[in-house]
Amino acid sequence: MISRRKISSFLGVNLLRLFIVITAIFLLVFLYVIFSRGGKLLSWSFLTESPRRFMTEGGIFPAIVGTFWLTVLSISFALPLGVLTAIFLTSYARPPWLVRIVRVAINTLAGVPSIIYGLFGLTVFVRMLHFDVSILSGSLTLGILALPVIINASEEALRSVPRDFREASLALGATERQTIIKILLPTALPNILTGTIISIGRVAGETAPILFTAATFYTRVLPSSVMDEVMALPYHIYALLTEGSHGAKQLPIAYGTAVVLMALVLLVSTLAIIIRFRIRKKRKW
Amino acid sequence: MNKFKETSFKSVTYLASLFTIVFLFAIILSIFYEGIPIFKHVSLIKFLTSPSWHPTHFPPDFGILSLIAGSFLVTLGALIISIPLGLGSAIYISELAGPTSKEILKPVIELLASIPSVVYGLFGMAFLSPLLIKIFHVPTGLNIFSASIILGIMVVPIISSMSEDALSTVPKSLREASLALGANKWETIIRVVVPAAKSGIFSSIILGFGRAIGETMVVLMVAGGAAQIPKGLFQPVRPMPAAIAAEMGETVIGSPHFHALYGISIILFTVTFISILITEFIVHRRKK
Repeated sequence: MISRRKISSFLGVNLLRLFIVITAIFLLVFLYVIFSRGGKLLSWSFLTESPRRFMTEGGIFPAIVGTFWLTVLSISFALPLGVLTAIFLTSYARPPWLVRIVRVAINTLAGVPSIIYGLFGLTVFVRMLHFDVSILSGSLTLGILALPVIINASEEALRSVPRDFREASLALGATERQTIIKILLPTALPNILTGTIISIGRVAGETAPILFTAATFYTRVLPSSVMDEVMALPYHIYALLTEGSHGAKQLPIAYGTAVVLMALVLLVSTLAIIIRFRIRKKRKW
Repeated sequence: MNKFKETSFKSVTYLASLFTIVFLFAIILSIFYEGIPIFKHVSLIKFLTSPSWHPTHFPPDFGILSLIAGSFLVTLGALIISIPLGLGSAIYISELAGPTSKEILKPVIELLASIPSVVYGLFGMAFLSPLLIKIFHVPTGLNIFSASIILGIMVVPIISSMSEDALSTVPKSLREASLALGANKWETIIRVVVPAAKSGIFSSIILGFGRAIGETMVVLMVAGGAAQIPKGLFQPVRPMPAAIAAEMGETVIGSPHFHALYGISIILFTVTFISILITEFIVHRRKK
């Protein structure tokens, strides 16, 4: 005879299994829909040409360029700030009350909705500092959004350096600064890079922060300076679905753009996974 | 000379850390600076409790109750979907899966987390919505139901990865003691492991809530956009972030409507800030 306990155990375990299977099936359907509908469009000319005929034909080159600049500039702004903050949190970390405030600030920044970053960028960069709607305004907004991710990754990376390294260096007479620059940072660098790459994926895919700070639906010319407004891949998908007057012709291009954006994000995360894997294999401590 | 280098390097790291505080204050100040002026046109009570949002009418109505209702309804729907899926996945990965299935399942969850929200929005608009119209014969596929599904899937990785962390900190001895007393795997999970990790699981849910209520692109594209108190699951709504994103481009800078949108962002910020403080408090208490 099968006991009630066995039945409930069987049901419970399979319920958990069902939940994870539903999640996995959703992911598969999702990837299939996006890649099967958008994959057809991929071609060399789709990637390298400008849009034509009111966005119903042509490629997405300006959007790729725009996303490239927004990502590069925002990361080059957030990375130094993030790493320095992580050094403060791991090596100096005094006084305790300051550390506590900085931590609350980081956690809050990480939780602020992305649309509020957009409003903040509009007020401060676009209007108060007169950067207007531009690559610069968008990159600064995205950079602040990426900051908490970079700080957390860098802090974890610095903390994973064994204590002996630091103590050996200090015992040899190196100063705190020399220890940080010559020992801690080089050892933690691969892990910091992994974290940075993950934040690149995040920044490249964000739409709401650039709605009012950087993005434009359509330009024929590529940006010539950081003060120009740009097209960007995520905004392009949104704009193709909600603006313009040829919805049926714009939809396939939206799917094609989504494939390019997804491929970019997936490529970047795969790169991060490979780096992480290599470090783990090489590491001897 | 060396002493100077030491101090200046140290100061630079302090300065960089201060920037995080400066940025946070700048964000708070900017939304309050632009948002407060709306209360010259409408009282805070009326702003929060009137359901009529007609910012472009003459005279305009600035009541955001229907936007707040829209936000909370899609967030509730998202949590109803993501709590079982996310928590179930976390428990399965941490307690039941073998090493091979773990290697497969963890990247699946990570992949869900890395998909840009606008692509989720595209999927909801162009695939899920027509599908819902076909299945349920509803007039529009962009409504609370579809937004909750997409938002729910987006929140799964947040709840799953944080709950998994919490489950992995439960000491092995607790599980072994339970099994040694004759409990089976399921009983051990439900009566011992999950209760031991409950504060971590709870904070993962709060974090998921904060993410869902602040998410913009999905609700902008999939929730339907009607500023009304909905009467059913298949009715369109206009959550707060969607109203800000959709209307900011069409409003005149400095107009009452413009300030009202910043006013909405103050409410949105307050809600997410409270959820952040709750998780901070839980984590802090657990450390003690």
